[in-house]
Amino acid sequence: MSIDPTTLAAILAMAAVTYLTRIAGIFLVGRLALSGRAKAAFDAIPPAVLVSVIAPTALATGWPETLAAFAAAAVATRLPLLATMAVGVASVVLLRMLAG
Amino acid sequence: MNKPLAPSAPLDMPRERAAGVRDIMPVMVAAAPIGLLFGALCAGKGLSPAEACLMSVLVFAGGAQFAALELWTWPVPVATLVFSTLLINARHILMGASLAPKMRSFSLGQKLAGFYFLTDESWALAERRAKEQPLTPAYWFAVAGLLPLSWVGSTVAGAILGSFLGDPSRIGADFAFTALFIGLVAGFWNGRVSAAAIGASAAASAAIYLAFGPPWHVAAGALSGIAAAYVAAPAGTNAAEAA
Repeated sequence: MSIDPTTLAAILAMAAVTYLTRIAGIFLVGRLALSGRAKAAFDAIPPAVLVSVIAPTALATGWPETLAAFAAAAVATRLPLLATMAVGVASVVLLRMLAG
Repeated sequence: MNKPLAPSAPLDMPRERAAGVRDIMPVMVAAAPIGLLFGALCAGKGLSPAEACLMSVLVFAGGAQFAALELWTWPVPVATLVFSTLLINARHILMGASLAPKMRSFSLGQKLAGFYFLTDESWALAERRAKEQPLTPAYWFAVAGLLPLSWVGSTVAGAILGSFLGDPSRIGADFAFTALFIGLVAGFWNGRVSAAAIGASAAASAAIYLAFGPPWHVAAGALSGIAAAYVAAPAGTNAAEAA
């Protein structure tokens, strides 16, 4: 059960920026009224980052991963999170078997 | 005989706390399997249970933690991890700015301590409650402060169990991230604008990954998606409603 110094540094830095985002709003009250296109751009940050992180696996690994990603996306707005994951994981296992 | 409480009567702490516990319980149950998965994937990436536990305690932000793990390589790319964390958690800034004015009975210290526990879920519950009655510290600390018990506990359990599971790709667990993220992205779906953002991010990220390799695909994909949302959104509409 060891803690690597670089891992510790990464976790502490991640924790620091996360806490700053959490408390920043307290000091920005009344000064942060985004609207229109600026608001749309700000709202798009979380999905844009999440998609960017997984795009290499989903689109640039192989056809089983790509098809499984589309299968998960097809059910994602209707099913709960864990069910969406189950569909994606089961699809990739089956498709990888087909791909040999 | 007790007189019924007037709406302006001081709210009693035990009742506020009980309401918070009642509201957060289903979220704690839902978070446990996600925490188990996070812990198990930490083990698969070579992080020790102590390191996984530390991350869940100190960062306590599921989306950013999963993204960090997906980007995790040895040696650890600290700058990439911090950049990704900042981008994913930037939404907290708007959430906090929206919630803080509704915390009139909180001292500054209570706000600073209370926002350590700010999550999408506790924020949504608190915003909903603030529509009907004043937000109290007793309610907030029950709602927001209990969730880490479930998240951290299940992370540690997953990290310990995960080290016995072996190669995660054997059972498709390596794809669990991708499927999880697709599910999380669906939570941000709002039609045409999000479709533009998602399409632009996916295309730019995959193209940059193939051309230059990690970590540049994250920044390129994120910026492309944000730009696409800006362009796709109708100009001049005044949606000043806080997120």
